[in-house]
Amino acid sequence: MRDFYGTRLANGFMLGTAQYPSPAILADAFRRSAASVATVSLRRESGRDRQGQDFWQLIRDLDVHILPNTAGCHSVKEAVTTAHMAREVFDTKWIKLEVIGEEDTLQPDVFGLVEAARILSDEGFQVFPYTTEDLVVADRLLQAGCEVLMPWGAPIGSGLGLNNIFGLRAMRAHFPDIPLVIDAGLGLPSQAAAAMELGFDAVLLNTAVARAGDPAAMAEAFAGAIRAGQQAHAADPMEPRDMAAPSTPVIGKAFLE
Amino acid sequence: MMDITVIGAGVAGLCIARALLDRGAKITMFDRQAEPGPHACSWWAGGMLAPFCEGESAEEPVVRLGSEAAGWWAAQTDSVVRHGSLVVSPSRDKSDLVRFARRTSGYRKVAGAEIATLEPDLGDRFTSGLFFETEAHLAPRAALAHLRAGLASDGVTFVQETADPDACARHGLTIDCRGFQARDVLNDLRGVKGEMLVLSCPDIELHRPIRMLHPRVPLYIVPRGDGIFMLGATMIEGSAGKHVTARSMLELLSAAYALNPAFGEAEVIEIGVDSRPAFPDNMPRIRRDGNLIRANGLYRHGFLLAPALARMVAELIFDNKTPEVMDESAA
Repeated sequence: MRDFYGTRLANGFMLGTAQYPSPAILADAFRRSAASVATVSLRRESGRDRQGQDFWQLIRDLDVHILPNTAGCHSVKEAVTTAHMAREVFDTKWIKLEVIGEEDTLQPDVFGLVEAARILSDEGFQVFPYTTEDLVVADRLLQAGCEVLMPWGAPIGSGLGLNNIFGLRAMRAHFPDIPLVIDAGLGLPSQAAAAMELGFDAVLLNTAVARAGDPAAMAEAFAGAIRAGQQAHAADPMEPRDMAAPSTPVIGKAFLE
Repeated sequence: MMDITVIGAGVAGLCIARALLDRGAKITMFDRQAEPGPHACSWWAGGMLAPFCEGESAEEPVVRLGSEAAGWWAAQTDSVVRHGSLVVSPSRDKSDLVRFARRTSGYRKVAGAEIATLEPDLGDRFTSGLFFETEAHLAPRAALAHLRAGLASDGVTFVQETADPDACARHGLTIDCRGFQARDVLNDLRGVKGEMLVLSCPDIELHRPIRMLHPRVPLYIVPRGDGIFMLGATMIEGSAGKHVTARSMLELLSAAYALNPAFGEAEVIEIGVDSRPAFPDNMPRIRRDGNLIRANGLYRHGFLLAPALARMVAELIFDNKTPEVMDESAA
């Protein structure tokens, strides 16, 4: 697995912390999946509010890498302000950068994203941008200082899986040295396995686990699928072919009649 | 007769006082205010007695213990209405209704025609829903007032004073029901911010709580009668801000508008914000430390679970029966 700004992760599972039935179940999901990164969305009001820190403390107690995000930000300024608060609250340079451009699909505003990425990178942040599979945008993000890219699988919370396999495969081929994370849209472990089989370095998801009937069990299932997909990619899978190719030779078989 | 001090006259304290009084105790209640009011988060409650609906995201005991609530409250107050509750979703979010149905029980599926019969003001707007016929709701402020009045007339002494639980416990059995105020001694108690609105909208009539499912902004609206509606409620972790945010208000009102555009003409007559006291698993806890019993963590289930919590506190004291939400190790 490639490094994320110099940090080597134990596995490719990044798990969100929103929408769980309770913090106890959230903690259980992390325990059973051994996910290596927790993403946390930061409400803008929380940074100035000492009393409201209880939930953040629960997240710190998970003892995993914390990736704060700017979820729900619709402008560059909002995203930058939220990133500043995140750095204060969690004492990390990592920031998952989300600049939402469209309310119905929650798809990124890629223009604002590149701008915010440049501002934050210049300030010393290590930016994980939530983007599309567009190669030109990806290139601009790298120029802006990003060393990780996080293309969507499908719209946030939709559970539709990998909507554009062709585009994602092209992205992997185009940026062989850049750590790539599938962020958003996954609903099932098989989809996470497929992402890892394509050679992605990690997947990031939240809703599929938090809104499952048994979130901790679903988190464990995702962890298994991610491990399997990663192992399969590393094992150099066979190429598919159009004709049957028998696994046992037929020539020379004895005829018993 | 056993003398017991109860500190905090919110929904937990009042219900526990009632249960202990019924078992023959002599009760003194302390609260920093003379009457139930906005200083207690139960003042801002929706007042839904909806154990089956809560089962969608809450753990099993909430459904089971919550089913005690409607009967208990009906004996304390005449504000309990047993018209069930109705769950609907906008047509584009049908999958949320499917999911809700799969996670809950105690309902029957209703189609457009039956929704129109149950709630004529919603009829042509929703084509399918879930009807939880046995659920109920109450008017929280009236219920608290009735409960308090009943206790006072049955001989409970109310003292308007902030009391220190440890100091009280040196003189006798004390129940700490201070809710989020007990954060100073309960380290694992956290506040979950809730925001709600009270609307006046005489154009709309609803007969039961309506839950509108939406992936981002689930909303419930509880009719209080006379064109008054309670609209709630956000659930925000990691914040104890004192005011409603513009975003929350926008989301709540948009959801009401989607339920029926006539809500666009409603007047906002009250805005409520408070922190629900919650433990990490969002389940209530009873903890005992010598003469001091702490009952807390009702989270968003104050009116739903306080009767069961009160019964368990009474059983602990009078029958020496360990309650299922007892938590000795943490005391």
